[in-house]
Amino acid sequence: MNSAETMKRTETMLLNLGPSHPSTHGVLRVLLELDGELILRADPDIGYLHRGIEKMCEYRTYHRCMPLMNRLDYLAGEVNLFGFCLAMEKLLGIEVPKRVQYIRVMIAELTRIASHLFWLGTHGHDLGAMTPLFYAFREREKIMDMCEMISGARMFPLYLRIGGLAADLPEGFIPAAWEFVKSFPDKCQDYHNLLTKNQIWIERTKGVGVMTADEALDWGWSGPMARGSGVNWDLRRDNPYSSYEEFDFVVPLGKNGDTYDRYLVRMEEMIQANRIVRQALEKLAETPPGDIKAEDPRVSLPSKDAVYNDIAGLINHFKLIQEGIKPPVGEVYQCIEAPKGEMGFYIVSDGSPQAFRLKIRGPSFVNLSAMDKLARGRLLADSIALIGTMDIVLADVDR
Amino acid sequence: MNQAAELLQEKFPEEVVEVVEFRGETQITVKPGRIVDICKALRDDNRTSFRYLSMIAGMDYLPQSPRFGVVYNLYSHKNKNRVTLKALLADDAAPAIDSVVPVWNTANWHEREAYDMMGIRFRGHPDLRRILMPNDWVGHPQRKDYPLRGK
Repeated sequence: MNSAETMKRTETMLLNLGPSHPSTHGVLRVLLELDGELILRADPDIGYLHRGIEKMCEYRTYHRCMPLMNRLDYLAGEVNLFGFCLAMEKLLGIEVPKRVQYIRVMIAELTRIASHLFWLGTHGHDLGAMTPLFYAFREREKIMDMCEMISGARMFPLYLRIGGLAADLPEGFIPAAWEFVKSFPDKCQDYHNLLTKNQIWIERTKGVGVMTADEALDWGWSGPMARGSGVNWDLRRDNPYSSYEEFDFVVPLGKNGDTYDRYLVRMEEMIQANRIVRQALEKLAETPPGDIKAEDPRVSLPSKDAVYNDIAGLINHFKLIQEGIKPPVGEVYQCIEAPKGEMGFYIVSDGSPQAFRLKIRGPSFVNLSAMDKLARGRLLADSIALIGTMDIVLADVDR
Repeated sequence: MNQAAELLQEKFPEEVVEVVEFRGETQITVKPGRIVDICKALRDDNRTSFRYLSMIAGMDYLPQSPRFGVVYNLYSHKNKNRVTLKALLADDAAPAIDSVVPVWNTANWHEREAYDMMGIRFRGHPDLRRILMPNDWVGHPQRKDYPLRGK
């Protein structure tokens, strides 16, 4: 074999991206088959963070499942719990007071902003733009502080309850929320100034990871991923829950279905989420303070007054704590518009205090499954943009 | 009645086992044999237009027999509604059903998960490997007879 032929000989290379890599947003390993810098095949290897949450839930009372729900998509912990509580309330057939619904909407939208800010910071950082991270985390920190106000915890507030909330909003929360709502649109403009017309950003994101609307549906995409491709679908608007039908907001859509359009969609979603928080704050002022749980002895703990002074209240309290909630026999599926897409809970109840089966439909798991489709034929560096644009949280992928 | 139930009763009267309405949701139990045809019909018919598969859940109903089942949750963007399809699998020792990957690509990972966790085989699946557990794992962790804390 002469040297010229040796030069021509090519073979593909297998490259491990991860599991320990700063831009995989957790412990994701992607096995890449490369021809030079060209990706021929991408095979995501997941499960490093599999904790068996679905299995664990079959052995715990519904109350004890709730902390696990916070730990699915941990960047939007309370939204997962929101979905779980809605599913339980559907199964039990209970309606929660308006004040609870508005507070839940407000928390969910603040969490959406926090999740999108985290995505913005890390996605920018992955693609070489360091500054947005600091700006995004500045605002995210304020939302974390608000979470701390309502519960004492920052990442995992565990503030929602089946049938209501753990407590009413603390003093000082409403002014803090108002301050955030008023200042946030200007902050959003800062992010736009940093990235939207930045030539490097445009080069790295335009035309990368293109998905048509039909393909997006075929691959089960939801949330901002589908909307970036122009799928006009938002569960908050199309199948409203928790009084979302009373709120006025726009569902932003992309045209080209590429990473840049998904970026624009999420940026606009933050503005819209901010609008919803503002409306929720206005509506909250009209609801009676303290009305924070459904008066249903099957799920809601009796008031302390009833526990101390009334034998029925005391028994009710003990039965709920020791035995747990016993929903009727049945199966429900309830999904919500989580920051990353459709977060669904399929609960099968056999009437006992434990779920017979709890299937969690996490958006990250489904969005990631299209990785191979997006990466084929792209350059190695694009794979980082693709992981960033999918906005995955591995705890939600692996469950 | 739900459009999906109407359609299936019209096109596949012998396949429909039961239609249950609960809390505003429709769940249709079908025989597993023609699941791909059923899914295709639900996806392509203009009345239903279920072009989106939300999830697939593998089920273990131990101690019942048939023990295993597969649950599909479909969404129609056109009608803004959902339907749950359920198929109970005849063989308790080696449960299997046809793969619906040809109908929706998103089924790929859902079916891999159901295979990994429940040991349900999906015939015709392009790439039926474990997904969450390591490749050399023995057993299917979400089966009811699999202990919570391992063996």
